[in-house]
Amino acid sequence: MTKGLNPSTTTRRPDRAALFIAAVLAAIAGLIFWDVSRLSGAAGYSQVGPTTVPYAIACCLAGLAVWTVFAAFRNDFPERERQEISPVIWIVAGLAAQMLLLNVAGFSIATGILFALTARGFGKRKLWFSLPVGIALCFAVWVIFAKLLQLSLPAGPLERLFF
Amino acid sequence: MATFDFLLQGLWVAAQPMNLLYALIGVTLGTAVGVLPGIGPALTVALLLPVTYQLDPAGSLIMFAGIYYGGMYGGSTTSILLNTPGESASIVTALEGNKMARAGRGGPALATAAIGSFVAGLIATLGLAFIAPYIVKLALVFGPREYFALMVLAFVTVSSAFGDSTLRGLTALFVGLALSVVGIDQLTGQARLSFGVPELLDGIEVTTLAVAMFAIGETLFIAAQGEKGPDKVEAVRGSIWMSKLDWARSWKPWLRGTFIGFPIGAMPAGGAEIGTFLSYAAEKRLAKHPEEFGHGAIEGVAGPEAANNASAAGTLVPLLTLGLPTTATAAIMLAGFQQYGLQPGPLLFATNPQLVWGLIASLLIANFMLLVLNLPLIGLWVKLLTIPKPWLYAGILMFATLGTIGANPSVYELGMLLAFGLLGYAMRVFGYPIAPVVVGLILGPLAEQQLRRALAISQGDVSVLFTSPIAAVLLVIAAAALIIPLILRARGRGEVLAQLAANED
Repeated sequence: MTKGLNPSTTTRRPDRAALFIAAVLAAIAGLIFWDVSRLSGAAGYSQVGPTTVPYAIACCLAGLAVWTVFAAFRNDFPERERQEISPVIWIVAGLAAQMLLLNVAGFSIATGILFALTARGFGKRKLWFSLPVGIALCFAVWVIFAKLLQLSLPAGPLERLFF
Repeated sequence: MATFDFLLQGLWVAAQPMNLLYALIGVTLGTAVGVLPGIGPALTVALLLPVTYQLDPAGSLIMFAGIYYGGMYGGSTTSILLNTPGESASIVTALEGNKMARAGRGGPALATAAIGSFVAGLIATLGLAFIAPYIVKLALVFGPREYFALMVLAFVTVSSAFGDSTLRGLTALFVGLALSVVGIDQLTGQARLSFGVPELLDGIEVTTLAVAMFAIGETLFIAAQGEKGPDKVEAVRGSIWMSKLDWARSWKPWLRGTFIGFPIGAMPAGGAEIGTFLSYAAEKRLAKHPEEFGHGAIEGVAGPEAANNASAAGTLVPLLTLGLPTTATAAIMLAGFQQYGLQPGPLLFATNPQLVWGLIASLLIANFMLLVLNLPLIGLWVKLLTIPKPWLYAGILMFATLGTIGANPSVYELGMLLAFGLLGYAMRVFGYPIAPVVVGLILGPLAEQQLRRALAISQGDVSVLFTSPIAAVLLVIAAAALIIPLILRARGRGEVLAQLAANED
């Protein structure tokens, strides 16, 4: 994170990603303004109500968006290292699969898939090996946390088979 | 003396066999998770929070104390044996400690870190016990405007005083503050920013955000770096015991580190890092053999490690007495308190003294346990360090989602986890700090409450915020903490501040 101290001065093009961040910040500010403006101004006798602080935060976010635009034109952002996209996609796919399967397939199978796909993202290609390992591990974790520690982890066909 | 009685009473609570067991479990789990590379104390505490869900408040907080201290110890082991510090506060430890490990003196390096942490933890926890009642008395004088000013100061120091960019720090803070507005307004009961989604009415869970940002964001970031070759774990060769010379060279740095670290942690500003850097600089200046620094000087491990632990205990001072978290770790601990409906602060000392003093006493006990556990079990911790990355991160994600599912088994909560994980990843890519988001989310509603109370008392007159002397002084300090770094950076002196960056806790 210390690379930002020497921004490359050769490229004078504005940092597109930073401009995008500025747009997102401005959008959040706009969203807050829009949502809070619908609240009835139940400010009471003191003119401070539920809308005061959100408005202040939205104003600051808008200000930061403008500041980010300036930073983008001055190329003030640290240089970014090249990011490998495919591992990220594997892991996000794992998280999404777990999210969607959790209530259908139960904790062990859903989380086992997350486990295997994360390992795949880090370079373990043998899914036929990591998937059973992941499911077995998650089942052990389910037994410890759901049975011993009474945490409410959703059960699926696999869990019902044993308990 | 009242404090002494309270502490004895607390020790009695903490020494109940069940509570001792909780402390032992907490310490062991905390160390085991803290040792894993890439996991700092903040994430350790967030990951292990669900383990404590089923316990009563006292037992849960005692286990928590163990997890916190255990995570700190584990981090120092990682940075000595593996040159990739899991937390920014351990960077300095890695500097000298890893050199010592490479020179075959890993044992003494680990020993001086462990004993130094113990000494510092002991003195700092006692310091906490004796200072806390005075701060509680002071805090009773505080009205809403003073609290608000204090929180503004915490916001500024967490987000922008350190780190390499005021802009990015403030942006992270305001993202957290914007998220904190989501849900039902505490004072009027109106729904804000929830867009008709019933799940949003409860607001955003601090633990969900913290786990997503730290665990999932970090995992995605590491995965996206691709293959960089394995990190080399230094084997612990030779004796793990310190020689007479090592002891002679270590004890003064331990004490100096403690006295540098504790006040810095106890101030309602700043984190553990500053103390470690100051301690390192002090030891380098005072050392008889300054030429050894950079090649494995034991003073350079002993001092900063003591400072690190002392300021970790120090951050509990504002957390327990004022309810003010100044680090991400403290913010997650505050979330842990809140799950039992406990709000740390002066009132908690009055209404629930057994709990508070039991917690402080169990910090002392956890500290002893760590000293006993850490050195004999070093072989086990080294094994944990050698887990291959794919299995390690797969396991981390499994436990990260386990916590969220355990708290609230809904598709919706996992969706939030994924969304904030991606946000955390993007923020890392663009060099935004993470801690301000977490602190903003948890402190935002508290600051809003105090602000609105203050303004309601004054019937909307804003000037009331500046007219109390205490509030005015705090706000002036906050303004200085915002403006001075801006000037320093503009003049190209930002390197020092960037080095002090509060990355994780």
